[in-house]
Amino acid sequence: MSFIRKKLDEIKEPFEPGNKLEKYRPAINALDTFLFVPNHTTQKGAHIRDAVDLKRTMITVVLALVPALLFGIWNTGYQHFSQLGQEVGIMEAFMHGALKVVPMIVVSYAVGLGIEFIYAIKRGHEVNEGYLVTGLLIPMIMPVDIPLWMVALSVIFAVLIGKEAFGGTGMNILNPALTARAFAFFAYPTYMSGNEVWVSEAGAVDGISGETILGKLAAGTEVPFESIHMFTGVIPGSIAETSTLCVLAGALILMLTKVADWRIIVSGFIGAAAMGLLLNALPSMGVDGNDLTNFAWYNHLIVGGFAFGVVFMATDPVSAAQTMKGKWIYGLLIGLLAILIRTLNPAYPEGIMLSILLMNVFAPTIDHYVVEGNVKKRKKRLQTKTVKTA
Amino acid sequence: MPKSVKVKRGLSLNLNGETEKILVDAPKSKIYTIKPPNFHSIVPKMVVKEGAKLKAGDELFYSKYSDKTRFVSPVSGTLKEIVRGAKRRVLELRIEADSTIDYRDFGVMDPLSASPEEVKNRVFSSGLGTFIQQRPYDILANAEDTPKSIFVSTHNTAPLGASFEFILKSKMDHFQTGLNVLSRLTEGKVYVGVDAESASALKSVENAEVVNVSGPHPAGLVGTLVHEMEPMNQGERVWTVRPEDIAIIGELFSTGKFNAERTIAVAGNAADERKYFKTLIGAEVKTLLSGQNPEACRLISGDVLTGAKVEEEGYIDYYANELTIIPEGNHYRMFGWLPFKDNNIHSMSKTSLSWLFPNRKYDVDTNLNGEERALVVTGEMEEVMPLDIYPMQLIKACMAGDIEKMESLGIYEVAPEDFALIDYTNTSKIEAQDIIRQGLDLMITEVG
Repeated sequence: MSFIRKKLDEIKEPFEPGNKLEKYRPAINALDTFLFVPNHTTQKGAHIRDAVDLKRTMITVVLALVPALLFGIWNTGYQHFSQLGQEVGIMEAFMHGALKVVPMIVVSYAVGLGIEFIYAIKRGHEVNEGYLVTGLLIPMIMPVDIPLWMVALSVIFAVLIGKEAFGGTGMNILNPALTARAFAFFAYPTYMSGNEVWVSEAGAVDGISGETILGKLAAGTEVPFESIHMFTGVIPGSIAETSTLCVLAGALILMLTKVADWRIIVSGFIGAAAMGLLLNALPSMGVDGNDLTNFAWYNHLIVGGFAFGVVFMATDPVSAAQTMKGKWIYGLLIGLLAILIRTLNPAYPEGIMLSILLMNVFAPTIDHYVVEGNVKKRKKRLQTKTVKTA
Repeated sequence: MPKSVKVKRGLSLNLNGETEKILVDAPKSKIYTIKPPNFHSIVPKMVVKEGAKLKAGDELFYSKYSDKTRFVSPVSGTLKEIVRGAKRRVLELRIEADSTIDYRDFGVMDPLSASPEEVKNRVFSSGLGTFIQQRPYDILANAEDTPKSIFVSTHNTAPLGASFEFILKSKMDHFQTGLNVLSRLTEGKVYVGVDAESASALKSVENAEVVNVSGPHPAGLVGTLVHEMEPMNQGERVWTVRPEDIAIIGELFSTGKFNAERTIAVAGNAADERKYFKTLIGAEVKTLLSGQNPEACRLISGDVLTGAKVEEEGYIDYYANELTIIPEGNHYRMFGWLPFKDNNIHSMSKTSLSWLFPNRKYDVDTNLNGEERALVVTGEMEEVMPLDIYPMQLIKACMAGDIEKMESLGIYEVAPEDFALIDYTNTSKIEAQDIIRQGLDLMITEVG
């Protein structure tokens, strides 16, 4: 360890203040701090500090994503071969998936981190770790056959317009990963929706149907899957969103480590269940509804990207509501809106993306009113006091 | 039935290096030092020159903006040196002590029979005003004000904090007289927070309202007591006094002497001799080290959360009742950012397994355990903030210098020390105490 440390210090020498490569320090520091927690000591304020830092927090999210990612890679291969009518082993399916997914991850990280490094150098701050999560999320919520250059372009849009334009990490209004997906969705709709994008190389084979369940419901065709398939995730969809089981495993990690706020996850599911129940009850109120509104409420929770969105995207602390009460309201509205958009607007069979982005925009407003409650209490206290003394 | 305050949100850090309850005399310091920067926002106007002969209690300087608050010498001797910094700012007054202390006689006064004006004049003219802080702004009290109430917290919940019960054991008479003095300075009440668990004599003090305090740190901070008993409103002033200083106030009224005696607890996992040392305000740090060589250690005048760094050749701060010694943490940890790694370092976050061992005592050092980052994680500051305040929103308002927002979010109710645990726990390693201090300073210049 001390040998590596010595080597690193040698490499870092020209980047130290006063030397010619000084302004590239954030870049070399990012690499160094990836190996070692630095030797910085407290200079003001409390003399001792908690062991937690942003890197540890973000890596915990990455860990929580791993079950869904691994399943997604396997499912990519499985869907491909099974739609061709071929039997396939786990390894073979996994290899096929890995060949598709890994390049997307590499492109996403290379492009996104490249921009992060440039901005860190330009602005003279250290590289923030947030992109470690965003960079993994972006490929996980894309259809598998999307060209790599589209991934790259979406990443550039998300990082530049979604994040850096607002001042960088911690300042963005919208969740960057969903910004990337929304960009791709509206810029290249033929690659992002329809019945040929959800299964790898589906377009090359005649007669196979790679529609998602929500797509089928919107089109009024029959759904050949049971609830158990939707829960385990052996269905077509964006790469890593399909398995509610794996998403819940991630949710468990996030909630136990308190990295994600359980309030948002729980209230999100409550909201969706409530809206699902309401829509299911339409026929008894004399309204016919459609296939989507009549889709059992519990299936709404486990199909599509809903669970993935609520667990991994809605909980992004920067773009979510920041107050405790605000988080309840924010999560609840995301759940309600996601199912509402999904069922009542067949053009967007996946409502979770739009509902989270919409609530991202409203999160500061929710917080404003929650905090205003505290402010009002203070003003009232002052008023009663002035009245008493007057 | 005494009132009680139960704090739920907070964090009591269990650290190695507690002070043994043994009281010893520290070796005599040659030099005692008063540091004007210890009195926040005070600009000293010197009364004495270098070489002046002083008695304990003789005036050294007064505040440029309020000549009623006088600052006096803790010891008799010769003013050897006035250390100045940039723009001739006075940093230290070094007084070479006589072998025996010669006290200036202020005369005996019974605070309960004297008039409130007489009591107040005595307090501020004899240097006792330096022991009274005011809220808002966490600065020295203004002699012109009459506070709404006065608050004292005798329950020290800070990590490795000195026990006021132990320090005051032999000074209870003076403490009571001091409380009598304080009761004449306000038209409201004098609140004394005591540890609800203990059966100490502090619970039976008179002329004060005893409040039983329980719960994790910052339950024992005086700001928590203020907030629970009489939350501050805009335009109000309350005063706070530290318990051991009340004994000094009491002693001056009953004996006429300014006896600047301090009992200083030496604590911390790098300290060799962890005892309570009897000395005077402004003593040399090395007289408390029992010959220990503190190389590669951080010496802190005060506790680990709010204290100030001092050097071995330096002097204890005016208000400090503790010298904490912990190792410097200027070392690297390979892959230390991995979750669930290095669980021997305490973490409030569940990304470390340290929460599985609630009774474990931790060794600490000064490593930052990461680097400063943008504010990303939400909800963690609220967990250690028992006051009815939105800490992150207030910190952001202070960073932005938005006075109106700071005001409406409760800047008048807080002091930097109330945010010390946020310094400790926050993931982004931001300096919350520093930001709040700057926010308060901005309020002083803009609102006053």
